[in-house]
Amino acid sequence: MAASTYTLPPLPYAYDALEPHISAQIMELHHSKHHQTYITNLNAALKSQAEAVHTSDITTQVSLQQGIRFNAGGHINHSLFWQNLAPANSAEAKSSAAPKLVKQIKATWGDEQKFREAFKAALLGIQGSGWGWLVKVETGNEHRLSIVTTKDQDPVVGNGEVPVFGVDMWEHAYYLQYLNGKAAYVENIWSVINWKTAEERFVGTRADAFKVLKASM
Amino acid sequence: MSSTLMRSSALRSALRASAPKASTRAGLAGTSFVRGKATLPDLPYDYGALEPSISGKIMELHHDKHHQTYVTSLNNFSEQIAEAKAKEDIQAQIALQPLINFHGGGHINHTLFWENLAPKNQGGGEPPSGKLSQAINDGYGSLEGFQEKFNVALAGIQGSGWAWLVQDTQTGNIQIKTYANQDPVVGQFRPILGIDAWEHAYYLQYQNRKAEYFKAIWDVVNWKAAEKRLK
Ligand SMILES: [Fe+2]
Repeated sequence: MAASTYTLPPLPYAYDALEPHISAQIMELHHSKHHQTYITNLNAALKSQAEAVHTSDITTQVSLQQGIRFNAGGHINHSLFWQNLAPANSAEAKSSAAPKLVKQIKATWGDEQKFREAFKAALLGIQGSGWGWLVKVETGNEHRLSIVTTKDQDPVVGNGEVPVFGVDMWEHAYYLQYLNGKAAYVENIWSVINWKTAEERFVGTRADAFKVLKASM
Repeated sequence: MSSTLMRSSALRSALRASAPKASTRAGLAGTSFVRGKATLPDLPYDYGALEPSISGKIMELHHDKHHQTYVTSLNNFSEQIAEAKAKEDIQAQIALQPLINFHGGGHINHTLFWENLAPKNQGGGEPPSGKLSQAINDGYGSLEGFQEKFNVALAGIQGSGWAWLVQDTQTGNIQIKTYANQDPVVGQFRPILGIDAWEHAYYLQYQNRKAEYFKAIWDVVNWKAAEKRLK
């Protein structure tokens, strides 16, 4: 039983491309060390799981689940995160790159500023490590937008949920540059959100949003 | 501090350094009440005194910024919950409870943590003696065996949290337990020794190499403080 092996997806920009909002040092550690560790641990856990399936060892399979959830979540979250960031001076970093999404944001929160304030409050309310996401929730033929926070590396993978963009609120995402000033990190992240990616995920399907994971196997 | 947060005597002694300052507030509906405010305890050593295990910069931010924020937020939410009680607003009280748990836990955990660390010239890293030493040897074979198990527990924390050596208040036995975020050691267990595994506790010095932090911190563990907490 061969288990799938995941690999680190390359960043779609250089480590220093998000300066001064996110330092090159943070990006390099975050991508080449933290993200890589989730992948390494995920591959090891999947290998053990494949062996446990092969030998019909159900207790081992169950005991592996939390580790798979955590490390797979770390891989999924970071893969989506790199793609939903862009250099501040690029066209993708302007919300005008997401006309349909912005229209729905305005319909939901009144205006872009109110949405940003609500998102910021959600991010700063996280107790411990976690993520904040803008999520498209599909209900039948309708869809709506929702701000969702998740703990640790729990991924947004529910039925009918499409992650539009996410912000990493683990301390490793900002500490070397912002120290305890996480409100400033949350303020500055808006300069490097990739609205083009956000628009594509918003108009696309769940499978489209997660296609980066297939590409890094 | 509310009396429920002062339940354990280990905590009481740890928090003695930050003696509550009485403050009077005019209560609603003519009732008045007096409460103590939590305050940031002074560190019993200099910020740089735990180097090279923990850098002075980390200690300063950790104590002066992070711990201070827990204290400030705890006082803020304690005040809000007192008002909600005075108004008999049960929904508001319930909504505030996770915030009290988080910020109150942050205050308790860090207060105990500062006390269970010490510079080498103040006994940091000196092995435990007496009853605690006996309990560790009985349970883990040796101090090294215990530290190995403790470091595995620290490394296994998924997200932010703490690892604690605790004493079961019912059986008296010791064990290693991990707690998420700022969940404090309360109830059935008594805190003996805690290590902060939040990234802010080590990141400026160790970055993603957290195993090195977990290894280095034993050089500045104050086992005398831990011994005093054991019943
Ligand atoms: Fe801490």
